[in-house]
Amino acid sequence: MDKKGREKILEMRKLSISFISANATVNAIRGVDLDLYKGETLAIVGESGSGKSVTMKAAMGILDKNAVINDGTILFTYNRKENEKETVDLIKLSKKEMRKNINGKRIAMIFQDPMTSLDPTMSVGKQIMEGMIWHYGTPQKEAFEKALDLLKEVGIDDPEKRIKQYPHQLSGGMRQRVVIAIALACDPELLICDEPTTALDVTIQAKIIELIQRIQRERGISVIYITHDLGIVAKVADYVNVMYAGKIVEKGTVDEIYFDPRHPYTWGLLSAMPDLDTDDSRLYTIPGSPPSLRNEIKGDAFAPRNIYALKIDERLEPPMFKISETHYAATWLMDERAPRIEMPAELKSRIARMLKESE
Amino acid sequence: MRKYILKRVLISVFTLLAITLVLFILLQLMPGSPFNDEKLSATQKAALNAKYGLDQPLTVQFLKYVYNMFRGSFGVSYNISKNTPISQLIQSRLPISIAVGGMAVTLGAIFGLILGIVAALKHNTFWDTLCTIISVIGVSVPSYVFALGLSYTFGFKLSWLPMLYSAGQPFTSSVMPSVALSLFTLASVARFTRTEMLEVLGSDYMLLAESKGIYGGPLIVRHALRNSLIPIVTVLAPLIVDLMTGSLVVEKIFSIPGVGSLLVTAIQSNDYNVVIALSFIYSAMYVGIMLVVDILYGIIDPRIRLAKEGDN
Amino acid sequence: MAKKNNKPVTASGPEINSAAYEFLPDDFTLRGNSEATRIDNNFASQNYWLEVRQRFFGNKGAVVSLILVIIICALAAFGPLMTDYSYKEQKLTEKNFAPRIPLIENLGIFDGDESLKTTTGTKIINGYEDKNLTDVYYWFGSDTLGRDIWTRVWEGTRISLGIALCAAIIDMIIGMSYGLISGYFGGRVDSIMSRIAEVINGIPRLVIVTLLMLVLPHGFVTIVFALMITEWIGMSRIARAEMLKLKEQEFVLASRTLGAKHFFIIFKEVLPNIIGQIITQLMFSIPTAIFTEAFLSFVGLGIPVPMCSLGSLISDAFNSFTTHPYQIVPPILVLALLMLCFNMLADGLREAFDPKLKEM
Repeated sequence: MDKKGREKILEMRKLSISFISANATVNAIRGVDLDLYKGETLAIVGESGSGKSVTMKAAMGILDKNAVINDGTILFTYNRKENEKETVDLIKLSKKEMRKNINGKRIAMIFQDPMTSLDPTMSVGKQIMEGMIWHYGTPQKEAFEKALDLLKEVGIDDPEKRIKQYPHQLSGGMRQRVVIAIALACDPELLICDEPTTALDVTIQAKIIELIQRIQRERGISVIYITHDLGIVAKVADYVNVMYAGKIVEKGTVDEIYFDPRHPYTWGLLSAMPDLDTDDSRLYTIPGSPPSLRNEIKGDAFAPRNIYALKIDERLEPPMFKISETHYAATWLMDERAPRIEMPAELKSRIARMLKESE
Repeated sequence: MRKYILKRVLISVFTLLAITLVLFILLQLMPGSPFNDEKLSATQKAALNAKYGLDQPLTVQFLKYVYNMFRGSFGVSYNISKNTPISQLIQSRLPISIAVGGMAVTLGAIFGLILGIVAALKHNTFWDTLCTIISVIGVSVPSYVFALGLSYTFGFKLSWLPMLYSAGQPFTSSVMPSVALSLFTLASVARFTRTEMLEVLGSDYMLLAESKGIYGGPLIVRHALRNSLIPIVTVLAPLIVDLMTGSLVVEKIFSIPGVGSLLVTAIQSNDYNVVIALSFIYSAMYVGIMLVVDILYGIIDPRIRLAKEGDN
Repeated sequence: MAKKNNKPVTASGPEINSAAYEFLPDDFTLRGNSEATRIDNNFASQNYWLEVRQRFFGNKGAVVSLILVIIICALAAFGPLMTDYSYKEQKLTEKNFAPRIPLIENLGIFDGDESLKTTTGTKIINGYEDKNLTDVYYWFGSDTLGRDIWTRVWEGTRISLGIALCAAIIDMIIGMSYGLISGYFGGRVDSIMSRIAEVINGIPRLVIVTLLMLVLPHGFVTIVFALMITEWIGMSRIARAEMLKLKEQEFVLASRTLGAKHFFIIFKEVLPNIIGQIITQLMFSIPTAIFTEAFLSFVGLGIPVPMCSLGSLISDAFNSFTTHPYQIVPPILVLALLMLCFNMLADGLREAFDPKLKEM
């Protein structure tokens, strides 16, 4: 329990993961620290390849076979029994222990593409019931009733009919609801959503997001969102972690990140989000591409693309600078000796505009 | 679903009819008349022709022909065994061929499945390489080469197994031929199973199942196997057919008195009637098996069994 | 929502231990816009064919197969010339000799000895010694009619390969055209053409080939014809599938807008893009053709005497399989090797052209 009375559920420290293949070793995660508190929503934001999914897959123990965890701890605190807490280091658990005790039961995950996430040869109902029967030995009839309830909870009409159907008979939005139902089947305490709406129509996206929020409220679970969509982040997140090239470069509350971003990469991300009042005739993009993680990275990984880079960025990697109790940024610009660099003008004016509108 | 079955049945029937037509045409092209007896006088020949309706227009003959074929009355052989009804010749031999062939398919399918599954589960290890080697060899090398090899090693040199089929020891003497025949099936099934399994093992729903906490046996059986085995049914059909081809030579090598060696003998002694009759039987079996497999596939795969209902 | 200042607040104290870092005097000056920020790190897009070749030659199995195929082809071309015997010359006095190779015979193998299993036991006989022929060599031995097996094997290979190649190529042309046309025009044309193909496919290959061989006179041309009739379907299926994939692509649309006629589009635009698949399928159909021909010969429907093919050699040697096993070994080995190598070659090609394609 920390000062504000929040319970910490997940604490990740110094996580470092590499992928080994015949050609090369890719250092996908290069030292990630992450915290999640009970009942809150954490969003991990970043480009493709930044390592967002890998971090969470490590927490679930479903990394690819050629992944090697070089270092780090993932401390997870959960209710062993009523009012009895237990903290384990997920990394130290064997695969079997993870599957038996954590996966599905305490931490559940939903994936991006509902089309491919569901087993095409198993009825929807059976897939929901599978987890309950596996973990708790729930008798068939009871599991069936629970599955029906879950279908209702995730907002599927006519659950009696749907429960017997197969995934291909459902629409995309419905499938994702089923995936959510499966995730909730064993009453987990933490839900990880890996780009849950990317594969869906825009109209359905909003509904799914709202569904997850409602479930979170009603069940009191904590949620981690992995996404590259800043619009969704603004809507759902309490905390935001910005990831780049396998490290977290800035973290803070959603307000801090959106209204007072400090890392040039975050500036880039925010600037790249077009909105209706964007004056620029050109859409801003961050030039260049993310670095290949095959080689050792010297200095700040973002330096090559960073127009605000300092000379030290090419030599030494910046540590996390504290901006407030909750706001941290890993950039040398935060050092006292660094020149005062402000965020780009367009971003500044946009933020001013947004602040004004909300008053 | 019903539409699916109906469509398949129609195509099968049509195919069979087309085959019969082809056979009929060929029959007309064959040198000699069905009554290959020089001793017959012209009037006798005319009388026989009239009796068997050979003086009627071709279309009528064809229809009668189709009728006869489907009924199983194939006429008589005139070279192998003069004037014996072909159906009689076939009757005694067909069960033997089916027995040997059946054993071969079963052996090949079961071991092929096991090999393929193991290879996929132990991807990129020794078992995987072994599977690939066996598959390539089994698929490339004709079954009669194996048959000869087996016959020589185990029959001739080592004398463990009888080199020729004998009705007295139907089981032991069927071992080598069945094994020789089964190798192609084994190799194909193993290769295919491995590919399917690998793809399934890497799929998203496997990942989801794992994230639910399922592991070990139930994970493989419930999710991986079911999905990879469905397409295997489709592969088996052509394999069974290939078995028929292989069986001809294998039967000859081991002197099995089956339908295959009958066909070979018929070809070599120009007994056209027998050849055509057997061709019809083979075709009918082939078409029949394909039909059964198609329908089976439709039943097993829920995606075909239950058509999509449309979006919500 | 109370946050109002936009001035960058200097960090209230870094969480770093200054002593852990070494700072240089000009560290905290702007690096200035290096060109690096503007350049996207692109990988040079490689030539497609270069990639294909690289992938192929990286596949050891395929390369070994290629080499073996070339060796066999070379032997087929030059083998018969290496001895003085012709393939049909019969020396009845020198029949059933075991293999005897000069020089190697001094090692104790291939010296003309063969063991004969008789009722009394195993005997070693040597046909050359029995007839006092010290200068006569049959590298693979001689057959029941005194013909040199070495020469016959390579002649046979020549013919088998010839048949297979002809059949495969004609088959490719027909099947490809059929499939491309069927796929391109779509609609009813495609429906009808596909149905026909399906029906023909429903007839067992064995049956068609056997029947044809019965009716038509034996010979090279007939066999090629028979093989061709059944094989083209596989090729047409592939061609059709590829055409369906590419038909909707922009370059086809562009061509059409420029006024290209149908056949131009089919053969000049789409075809070059699917050459890879076609070649692969071609490579696969060769072993099938070899196998079918061998099979036909084995049952006596193949090449007429005295010409020989691998299949007919196996058939001939089959009768003396237990007494003179060496006679059947060379043609079988060559046959098996050819089929194996062509299959591996084709497999390697398929991998090289499209590494993601599912095996089937």
